[in-house]
Amino acid sequence: MVAALTPVRPATPPPPAFGKTRGLGERLSPYAYIAPFFVIFAAFGLFPFAFTFYVALFDWNPIGDQEFIGTDNFVRMLGDPRFWNATRNTVSIWALSTIPQLLIALLLAHVLNNARLRFALFFRMSMLVPYVTSVAATAIVFVQLFDRDFGLLNWLLGLVGVAPIDFVQTTWGSHLLIAAMVTWRWFGYTTLLYLASLQAVPRAVYEAAAIDGAGPWQQFRHITVPSLRPMIIFTVVTSTIGGLQIFTEPLLVGTGGPQSCGVVRQCQTLTLFLYEQGFGQFQFGYGSAVGVALFVMVVAIAAINYLLSTRIKADR
Amino acid sequence: MTSTTPQPRRHGRVRWWTYVLLAAAAVVSLFPLYWMFIVSTTDSATATEMPPEIVPGGNFFHLAGLVLDTVPFVQSLLNSLFVATAIGVGQAVLCALAGFAFAKLDFRGRNALFLVVLLTMTVPTQLSVIPQYLIMSWLGWVDTLQALVVPGLASAFGIFWMRQHIIATVSDELLQAARIDGASTWQVFWRIAFPIVRPAAFVLGLFGFITAWNDFLWPFIVLKSPERYTAQIAIKALQNSLDVDLGLAMSGSFLATIPLVVVFIVVGRRMVAGILDGAFKG
Repeated sequence: MVAALTPVRPATPPPPAFGKTRGLGERLSPYAYIAPFFVIFAAFGLFPFAFTFYVALFDWNPIGDQEFIGTDNFVRMLGDPRFWNATRNTVSIWALSTIPQLLIALLLAHVLNNARLRFALFFRMSMLVPYVTSVAATAIVFVQLFDRDFGLLNWLLGLVGVAPIDFVQTTWGSHLLIAAMVTWRWFGYTTLLYLASLQAVPRAVYEAAAIDGAGPWQQFRHITVPSLRPMIIFTVVTSTIGGLQIFTEPLLVGTGGPQSCGVVRQCQTLTLFLYEQGFGQFQFGYGSAVGVALFVMVVAIAAINYLLSTRIKADR
Repeated sequence: MTSTTPQPRRHGRVRWWTYVLLAAAAVVSLFPLYWMFIVSTTDSATATEMPPEIVPGGNFFHLAGLVLDTVPFVQSLLNSLFVATAIGVGQAVLCALAGFAFAKLDFRGRNALFLVVLLTMTVPTQLSVIPQYLIMSWLGWVDTLQALVVPGLASAFGIFWMRQHIIATVSDELLQAARIDGASTWQVFWRIAFPIVRPAAFVLGLFGFITAWNDFLWPFIVLKSPERYTAQIAIKALQNSLDVDLGLAMSGSFLATIPLVVVFIVVGRRMVAGILDGAFKG
């Protein structure tokens, strides 16, 4: 998961340093301690990031020539129906996975935040198992469970008279299948994040509300949800940034074409499109242009998040 | 269900549907793993029979053997183990070291540099896989495991996390005392500060290990030959080579998941505590 683009927390006041620096070696040693991070990040994080914008201006073939073509890649991308198809798929899968995930997590965090709950550790740990399971393994199992002819889910649906649903070859089906995988993987983790915030709410607040006659639903609406608001925004942002970059699930679901997620690109996402153009078609320039487009979307979401969180602060 | 007792209801009372809800969540969480196990112990024909088999069969070793024949799976598991361990341990030590410098050492530009560390978290590095690949090919690291390990060692969040823990748990008096006894900065870190924050470093390393073990996109791009594959890429290869036989891919998935389930059973409690403690962003 990519780190959140939430506004940087003000640094805590610098703690008093201990001792005075002595020799030259001792004086330089702090720089040596922090140097590995900066060197690695510069080489494998910052430089490639900046270089993406450069490569995007070229017709760049990894085993051939590189020709400067200005903004041609971007013009081509904006007129490419495959790009817009991938954008639509990405947004659709994101909405189908994030909204249910956050609602489920809210509810579960609320009921887990009870000091008298028994087996609390078991419930918390079991919810984290999907997070530990790899996406690749998850995809294999889910594709089988959701199979049209031999899947457990369609068999169960068949028992109540629903006709078999094709969760791979159809647009909505494949989006639902991928969203189910994402939801399954992240709902427990998100629940624990919410629970962490909820535990900061004094128990007395709930007890006072209960004495005033607030039922479970009212407690949920008027205490749990408002106190979680900053964390909800945080998880919306992180899951959006993660959702924009979704790659492994559509790659493993797609059977028609390995890089297009199905014969009609019904579940090809933006990152998969980037991969297809870059490493399938060897058009590094065009693939980088898609990367730049993804970056623009991430920045837009960060900006919206910033506006939302400042408004919430103003409300209080 | 709303009872109309005159007594004020206590927040602490647990209602029956709470357990139904949580049990359902637990079943949903655990079922796919259980299903993976069932399919990888029965033969692929029964895997698709309805009503489904829900008891493990005795076919596990047969299928596991087939997996090993199809791809160098043991090698893949060892590769994953090497990469994930190197990243987990490396992140824990490097972040503790940098966190220690930012928390306890006095040097010029400290606050500015720490701000830079925090700002790096906002750079979405995953979008630049194409230039990353170009760099690896210039370095001659394509199809090597260090292409996975080295970039994975830097963690801005890890530095932030370790710095917070060191500020909270390591006292200046203790460090000063060690100084007076003539310890060098490195000795102060390694002998005194690090042992105190080892639990926090362990949780950090654990998340680094799991993230590295499950990473897919980057290894998928940079690894070419089957003997370099990590377990995740080997699963993909199994799915490719036998599109029809799901049992095989399931066995591979199960084999690749066992190590993490074992790790999780042993230290899952500490992971849960780590998330609840610091709202960990994996």
